[in-house]
Amino acid sequence: MIARLASVLLLFALFPLASPAAAPATDPPSPGAGNALGMTAFDVRLKRLEAELRCLVCQNQTLADSNADLADDLRHEVRALALAGKNDDEIKTYLVARYGDFVLYNPPVKPITWMLWFGPFALLAGGALVWWIVLRRRERSTAAPVTAATKAEIATEKRARRLLDGEDDLPA
Amino acid sequence: MQQQPGIEAGATVRALRWTIPLAIFSILVAFLAIGLYRNPQEIPSPLIGKPAPAFKLAKLNAPGETLATSDLKGHVWLLNVWASWCVSCRVEHPLLVQLAGTRVVPVYGLDYKDNPEDGAAWLARNGNPYTTSLVDRDGRVGIDFGVYGVPETFVIDKAGIVRYKQIGPLTSEALEKKILPLVRELQR
Repeated sequence: MIARLASVLLLFALFPLASPAAAPATDPPSPGAGNALGMTAFDVRLKRLEAELRCLVCQNQTLADSNADLADDLRHEVRALALAGKNDDEIKTYLVARYGDFVLYNPPVKPITWMLWFGPFALLAGGALVWWIVLRRRERSTAAPVTAATKAEIATEKRARRLLDGEDDLPA
Repeated sequence: MQQQPGIEAGATVRALRWTIPLAIFSILVAFLAIGLYRNPQEIPSPLIGKPAPAFKLAKLNAPGETLATSDLKGHVWLLNVWASWCVSCRVEHPLLVQLAGTRVVPVYGLDYKDNPEDGAAWLARNGNPYTTSLVDRDGRVGIDFGVYGVPETFVIDKAGIVRYKQIGPLTSEALEKKILPLVRELQR
């Protein structure tokens, strides 16, 4: 029962891994059409894209939120690239080539960021494992039926402890 | 006597019980300690080891003439991004003037998002260390170079590859310990 509980917990812990990896693939491409409605879709797309990009001057603000001069320039750049028909990934690649991964609010999954992405889940899994081992051990020590063998074991252990404590019960 | 191995194993488990958490804790402390001494404002440039972005810009002192990245092939050169509105540029400026006086390496300026008249006046007032200064009025070339904080200084080798980037004002320490030794090595 405990084992099943632990595996369910592990599964639960590992499940969110699927979402960051899958996110880029589910991005719906929304090219702006010429009409007013299309422009709004284009603006929405730009806004979303800017929210995924970091302002390099203020560091803890997105491009969409920042009033910094450079953020303004980069917003113009993003808009110009989008108008030139570049898709979101191409625009991101363009910025990463100039400013590095730092410009992305979501760090890309690659060997150097594995610790960042998977570290917390590894810690959680490790904790769950320790928890499971402790529970199993406790279960075994309390619920295990006392057989003749364990009785003998307990007896020898008691004797050993007495010996260690300095009590000499060896026959003279 | 028979119990001996069991007792030893128990002791090992007990020792592990505190050495493992201690080891994890030490690693964590080491990482946090390193983190304390890093400057989050310094974002490593992805341009290092890559060709310097191509530009063709008007010269500040001769608006009719232009200079392109390709014109500088075969030379080791520094590109210093500056502006008349940039306060910390004033801090590094005497060092640049001094460096230009030694004629060790040509320094090209990129007058970033600046009014050319203001830039020229600023140079007339503070001294002009630049072989040539280029006008990047709208900051487009700045974006290509990944400029996010002025001043910035790039070391570019004979093949046009960016070798080093200094973010923020030059210091005599950075100049003596990093930039000049690198320049001498690249000039060989």
